[in-house]
Amino acid sequence: MSNQDIALMAHLMRRAGFGASRDELEARVEMGYEAVVEELLHPTDPQNLPDDIIRRYHTEQAEMRLADGAAAYWLYRMITTRCPLEEKLSLFWHSLFATGYNKLNQARALVNQIEMFRRHGMGDLATLLVELSKDPAMIIWLDNNENHKDSINENFGRELLELFSLGIGNYTEDDIKECARAFTGWTLGNAEYMAMRAARDSIWPYSRISWFYEYREADHDDGEKTFLGETGRFNGQDIVEIIVRQEATARFICTRLFQFFAADEIDEGGEKTIASMMKTYFDSNHEIRPVLRTLFNSGYFKSDEARFARVKGPVELVVGAVRMAGSYHTPTQGIEQVARQAVYMGQGLLQPPSVEGWHEGIEWVDSGALVERVNFVAHELANVENPGVRKIIDRLAGEGVFSPEALVDRCLDLMGPMEVSEETRASLVEYVAHQGDLSLAGHQQGDDAEKRVGGLLSLASSTKEYQLA
Amino acid sequence: MPANGKKRSLIVVQLIGANDPLNTLIPYSNGLYYDYRPAVNIPAKDVLPIDDDFGFSPQLAPIKDLWDRGNVAVVNGIGYETPVRSHFRSMDIWHTCEPEKIATEGWLGRAIRDLDPQGENVLTGINFGRGLPRALGCKGVPVASVGNLETYGLFPDVEDELQKGYALEAFARMYGMSKDNDPVMDSLGQTGRNALKGADILRTAPGKYSSSVEYAQNPFAQSMKNIVQVMSADLGTRVFYTSYGSFDTHGGELLTHAKLWGEVAGGVADCYADLEEHGLQDDTMMLVWTEFGRRIRDNGSGTDHGAGGLAMLIGGSVQGGMYGEFPSLEEAQQLDGDLRANNDFRSTYSTILERWLGLDGPSIVNGQFEHLEFIEK
Repeated sequence: MSNQDIALMAHLMRRAGFGASRDELEARVEMGYEAVVEELLHPTDPQNLPDDIIRRYHTEQAEMRLADGAAAYWLYRMITTRCPLEEKLSLFWHSLFATGYNKLNQARALVNQIEMFRRHGMGDLATLLVELSKDPAMIIWLDNNENHKDSINENFGRELLELFSLGIGNYTEDDIKECARAFTGWTLGNAEYMAMRAARDSIWPYSRISWFYEYREADHDDGEKTFLGETGRFNGQDIVEIIVRQEATARFICTRLFQFFAADEIDEGGEKTIASMMKTYFDSNHEIRPVLRTLFNSGYFKSDEARFARVKGPVELVVGAVRMAGSYHTPTQGIEQVARQAVYMGQGLLQPPSVEGWHEGIEWVDSGALVERVNFVAHELANVENPGVRKIIDRLAGEGVFSPEALVDRCLDLMGPMEVSEETRASLVEYVAHQGDLSLAGHQQGDDAEKRVGGLLSLASSTKEYQLA
Repeated sequence: MPANGKKRSLIVVQLIGANDPLNTLIPYSNGLYYDYRPAVNIPAKDVLPIDDDFGFSPQLAPIKDLWDRGNVAVVNGIGYETPVRSHFRSMDIWHTCEPEKIATEGWLGRAIRDLDPQGENVLTGINFGRGLPRALGCKGVPVASVGNLETYGLFPDVEDELQKGYALEAFARMYGMSKDNDPVMDSLGQTGRNALKGADILRTAPGKYSSSVEYAQNPFAQSMKNIVQVMSADLGTRVFYTSYGSFDTHGGELLTHAKLWGEVAGGVADCYADLEEHGLQDDTMMLVWTEFGRRIRDNGSGTDHGAGGLAMLIGGSVQGGMYGEFPSLEEAQQLDGDLRANNDFRSTYSTILERWLGLDGPSIVNGQFEHLEFIEK
């Protein structure tokens, strides 16, 4: 098993998941790269702990009344899942179809939306977009309950084209109006009352009532429409069928997938990769799973160009650190606080700032966010009682006495492997060298030698390089 | 623009959860108040009257003292035209000045950008608390969020000072001027240096500070103390922000509201006394606000979400008094059982931005709004 194989597997698991321990990486290298990609693309048994058990012990994750409890529930699933791509892809769709608690006051509806992403996120885009158009949280979020036969509300129609599929510049204002007309009548059961309840947060005497989709034929504009050059008595489903056939849609979705899974910036090689993803999209009847397969198996994805070419988002960073430290296996009380950490870093799950989602890439990291990122991960990795940290210590303990250089190299290797600049490596070596060589012979849990390892792991996680995935 | 505008600063106190205006400034001679509030009222004998019609709740005694000295302006009926009774959405509206659509730029973020267009001072705006309220968010505007001033900065958990020193030294070296041409690495390096610089400067504040004021031990009072510590260290900070709550008193309002206002009024008054001790009271203004008011009729134990609310401005340069009309309690004048907001919050913001900070109000609050007279022109 070569170091390159481990490094490539680590790259795949950071992108298609939230990182993996050395033990897991070694097992996955044994399986082979393409077999791992297939396993990731076919999630089967994700959960360590079933929902009914979580709900029994964590009432805030049972009722899902508030955003914090719902975010904690999702974060817990990301931390413990054995099907990481399912969660990572749901996070992608959540970032793209960004729906927020602040207008809904109904976290359960958002949890249901994310569950819908798990069900349809790898399937064909038309089904996903139709399900999204019927999603109660989306209907309230973009006012489709206010979109009537006699007076259209363009909000959902516009964002469906601009932010969710074609991208700006690929449709006209008239297309937006026609699209909105086609989605009249796509509303909620008891829509007026539910909208009033969402706005008037105080009146929930029997807790939040579940929302469900309702099609009102009488409120649907059944007239002829011309959309993107095609004419007919289109309903919402027909509009979606037209949307998914457009090259602009293929380009938009494949580009966003590329930026989320491969690299923030798109260079020439990136353009070529996106082109082959688009070809797969059309060859496979607009299915997302084959598009992802093309991406993960592409030469570009496996190349140096894509390695560490993304800034980790806050949720990705938090989940990755917690998975590495192994500090949460059950939805214990602290999990809400962990979810809050991502908020402090600028990403509240289920609370995107607007329908445009978050500003990603380097914009994630302002000085306040960097302090939060560094302090959180450093805290997780400094704790030598955390099982993931213990595993690293156990490996080191069997490997003799380390010079500062050797210790830094080995720890960077076990944390990633991470690649760092000469300056970063020299700074870490200087830090370790203050206390000379390290021997873990006869180490006891929590002794000074172990704490030195924790200190180094913390510092290595505070580097510029650790901010990248 | 005021001559000494460069020194003037603003402290914003957000009362999270929607403070009940009717139990803050009580219309104690109006029978309707007691009719609508059979269970959740402040008896007239306990009210601290400011005139024949209105008086503060007893827990506001320290603020009443400042009122008597002419340093408190009360803004009545504050809100926006079509009320939204969801906390989060309403806070967003106040934070972004956008009642119609979902916006992301905060009004104070824009103000900080206009105060320091080149971003020369990483501490022009500081939030005391974790995370960043949307009011302070604005692309490219650095704002520090300080949970605890004493431990603010990197590696707060490392207790061994020597080890912490080594770690900070390594961090400074790793984020030092980078030699490669990678824009992402350069940006991360700059951000890291800003973070270190902000923390290094802020850490000096408590050491430079001395005061005879003894603040209470609650988190709000400690935030107010931190604010004066930073202000007296003269670091160029112009906008200070802190939040406290929860004022969401659906049940058990009388006890909770009294406890919270005891802490807030005490913290505000201690802060004011501290500002006076440092000669800063005339250059400092506090804005105390909440996202909406509460239902006129009580629910037997507390009050539900309402519309029109109440804000206060406190400072040595404030023209004390009542501003805006206190919304009527008459049934015909109510809005679905709530106090009508007859006074757009952006009037108050514009007045502060233009008359206090010398900035262009309309571009920050998204429109032209009438000024109130709580600051002299």
